[in-house]
Amino acid sequence: MSVFKDAGHLFRFAGLFVLAFLVFLGLRHYVVPKSFGQYGHYRGDAISEIAARPVKFAGHETCEMCHSDVADKKKAGKHAHVNCEACHGALASHADDPSIKPVLPDTVVLCARCHTASAAKPKGFPQVVPAEHSQGLECKTCHNPHSPAMDAGGAK
Amino acid sequence: MKISRRQMLILLPAAAVAWESVMAGTPEDAPNYKMTDHWWGMLIDIPKCIGCGNCVRACQTENDVPDGFFRTWVERYHVSDEDMTRPEVISPDGGKEGFPVAEEDGRKYFFVPKLCNHCADSPCTQVCPVGATFISPDGVVLVDQKYCLGCAYCVQACPYGCRYIHPEKKVADKCTLCKHRLVKGFTTACCEVCPTGARQLADLKNPNDPIHAFLKTHSVQVLKPQMATGAKVFYNELDGSVR
Repeated sequence: MSVFKDAGHLFRFAGLFVLAFLVFLGLRHYVVPKSFGQYGHYRGDAISEIAARPVKFAGHETCEMCHSDVADKKKAGKHAHVNCEACHGALASHADDPSIKPVLPDTVVLCARCHTASAAKPKGFPQVVPAEHSQGLECKTCHNPHSPAMDAGGAK
Repeated sequence: MKISRRQMLILLPAAAVAWESVMAGTPEDAPNYKMTDHWWGMLIDIPKCIGCGNCVRACQTENDVPDGFFRTWVERYHVSDEDMTRPEVISPDGGKEGFPVAEEDGRKYFFVPKLCNHCADSPCTQVCPVGATFISPDGVVLVDQKYCLGCAYCVQACPYGCRYIHPEKKVADKCTLCKHRLVKGFTTACCEVCPTGARQLADLKNPNDPIHAFLKTHSVQVLKPQMATGAKVFYNELDGSVR
């Protein structure tokens, strides 16, 4: 026992150290979120929280479930690869509740966005100078937006 | 059944470990989506981009991006033959409402849509002091906005300028590659509305994804390859003047 005779202060100090460590572990348990480190050095739950957000664009497959007539017309024409919501806008709300009626896009603004002639656009892309091309007439007077070639007929 | 002391000593910690793994995993919202089955990226086909701004508007709608901030934007390059290292680049309001009409002047024009490159070795996630931004197991770089302090280290670290501090939430915000859509089997909002197919979502872990055939047969580049970020947004026919 002689070795430990005057070592009381060392034990007290060591005890304090152990206590501080336990307090640290206790605090850490409450402060660090449960899922931290589940996949890496971050909160694993953050992924499912981000993934749980609602979608606003319903996707063309959803549209085609009800509007197969338009989808068929579109598939046969030049706009086959232009998805519904590219022109009609985000419509998941309409897909969830069909009583919500979407606003029909104004073809004068809509068509010009893509088809106004500009030297910056790829050369093969169909472009017109709207003022010369239609003299102020609405695009849909002659073109059906779902299948825009002239022989496909005007607006439905 | 009799359990000896030795068996008990082995069984107890094993049961603890098992219970831990049962409690650790929170069920995901999309039961059919397994993160480790995917490694997401995107293909941008520059010759197809017409600068309509559909992607920018759709991204803003889908993700409630505040005005004047962009998770994706489109730049228009105008490059002279004499000095291709100094291109004239414009991106009015991120290209959201399209671009002014360009007159033919013999110089080269093209559009470059930009977004987070979802780098495999992303500089932005490495600098985060608290572990609030990370690469998820499916290769999407995300921000945990509940954990982010808003120190903006990551905004500075991104070599592509793809991050911003959200003006109201005061935390880092960026493209999530529409993670909430991916888990439900949809493509991203920007890819959904691109009228020419200039943007295509790509799953590099899916052997049937057309990206693999495309990468083999085309001259494809990533932005700033010299920075070795492992960028996963691939640009077809990227001009050397693009920075």
